[in-house]
Amino acid sequence: MARTPAELVGANPGPAFEITMDGRPVTALPGQSVAAALWSAGILAWRTTRTTGRPRGAFCGIGQCYDCLATINGEPNRRACLVPARPGDVIITQEGHGHARIGV
Amino acid sequence: MPASASDPYDLAVIGAGSAGLAGAVTAAELGLSVALLDSSPQTGGQFYRHPAQAIGAVRPEALHHDWPAFAELRRRLERSEVRHLSGHHVWAVTKENGDGKGNGERKGDGERKERGDVWAVHAVTGADGAEGQPVRVRARAVLLATGAYERQLPFPGWTLPGVVGAGGAQAMLKSGLVLPGKRIVVAGSGPLLLAVASSLAAAGAQVPAVIEASGYLGYARHPRALAANPQKLVEAAVHGAALLRHRVRLRTRSAVTEVHGTDRVEAVTVTRLDRDWRPVRGTGRRIACDALAVGHGLAPQIELATALGCATRPTADGTTALALGGLQETSVPGVWAAGETGGIGGAQLARAEGELAGTAVAAGLYGRPYREGRIRALQRRRDRMRGFAEAMAARHAPAAGWTDWLTDATDVCRCEEVTAGRIREAVTDLGASDAHTVKLLTRAGMGWCQGRMCGTAAVCLAAGEGQLRRAVEPPAERRPFAVPVPLSALASLDEPTGTRPDTAPGTDH
Repeated sequence: MARTPAELVGANPGPAFEITMDGRPVTALPGQSVAAALWSAGILAWRTTRTTGRPRGAFCGIGQCYDCLATINGEPNRRACLVPARPGDVIITQEGHGHARIGV
Repeated sequence: MPASASDPYDLAVIGAGSAGLAGAVTAAELGLSVALLDSSPQTGGQFYRHPAQAIGAVRPEALHHDWPAFAELRRRLERSEVRHLSGHHVWAVTKENGDGKGNGERKGDGERKERGDVWAVHAVTGADGAEGQPVRVRARAVLLATGAYERQLPFPGWTLPGVVGAGGAQAMLKSGLVLPGKRIVVAGSGPLLLAVASSLAAAGAQVPAVIEASGYLGYARHPRALAANPQKLVEAAVHGAALLRHRVRLRTRSAVTEVHGTDRVEAVTVTRLDRDWRPVRGTGRRIACDALAVGHGLAPQIELATALGCATRPTADGTTALALGGLQETSVPGVWAAGETGGIGGAQLARAEGELAGTAVAAGLYGRPYREGRIRALQRRRDRMRGFAEAMAARHAPAAGWTDWLTDATDVCRCEEVTAGRIREAVTDLGASDAHTVKLLTRAGMGWCQGRMCGTAAVCLAAGEGQLRRAVEPPAERRPFAVPVPLSALASLDEPTGTRPDTAPGTDH
């Protein structure tokens, strides 16, 4: 019986690479979304809500709910469940609407 | 390919899941020029969602039912002239040169229609629609195969990280080979829960229980629909056996009524439900877990169609689907639909409907030989499977008492953080009696997801709690945009013809 999803499908991915989440290194596999890479590191939240500042992460997993918005390489409001992870990506927790730094 | 780059395609298919793939390859094999647009990088839709090539999965089928059927469609696509436009997020379909009267008369047999409407399919491009150029694909006919999204009913704690859609957990597993936790409770209602539980367990998660709000025994009341669809029994048996093997307990007539934890899931409370889905006092049991995968069936994704004015129909489980004719035509001439858009029914039904639509478009618009025998056979298959789907849907329709799960502090609208208390206030104190008024008063449904996550709840609360026997989804409102669109994409629409960011057929974007 398979113990991991990768064993189940016989995955033989290319070399893993590193991205960072709020400065912490996270290992990603080629072909994984940013959200998938974060889940595999046990990270479930990468956004705080606009009103109550509560943590959120991926919910619908298919790009419909917009709960997984993250600031990716400086750009806020990217859907982490759709955006593929790329080597060196810098992910930071998106606070509120994500535009605080430009004073909106 | 169209004869020249400035010609519209014969058919634009939106959605490359089972329905869209079948429709596209069928039409192309009958000689039509076809563009197939889909938001994902790969074909397969949600059901056949699979890892990117780079993951190097040698057994992607281990996470799927009936993979060979998809593999065959994919082979036909590769052999065809269909132009597959991946990473295209369609936000609107508009009539380009229409007079508002539809397609008009069909010309004589075998003669290609030279005039008639041309549709413009507008899309933003890239992984999440934020990276690439906006494009416009022109076509003489449109097949909407936009699938479905998961229906959610809120409950206390459902916004806590670790609570994920059941379909969402499945999607993340199928594409990214990841799990939201080690010990995952699966809850909600509908046959998808069994499939999700068995794949999570097969992939190594511990699944302490599947919590189903309805009672499965109800299927026994539809022996004819079951007898006519033996493959569904086989599918259920496969999932059932997998659950037994993984020691997953199925608890029916129960719901997760609370999630515990501060910043992530630590446990859930499972409560028995009465016939109307009201929690039975004193029956709450706590189950320790680090994730919860939850969903209440699927809802057809029909925004593009309703924006065009396509007629809809209510389904047995309280969602809204497109009202379709015998050949998969919508009420708007020139626009066809197949698969979940016409009511939730699964991949096999979607394939049959896609083929039917592809054949019908070729015959109806372009005078290709009308393959009567094949069409009748497909129609029989479709009707049989639709019958089964409706019987299942009726069993899993949320009963009116579910809103008793909600405390006043429960967030109903995840995007705008609108609580049940504020919606109740809008209904009882301010007199709102429909979801639209609730939205205007509270902002529930006004956020990024456009009410996809909270829509059902808003409708139920607005209807007055406990007054409805059955929750009914609103006719999907006319939304001008099916997905968020940057202002730059809209601005570019006003530029003079010739410099528009069109996808000229045959060029890459």
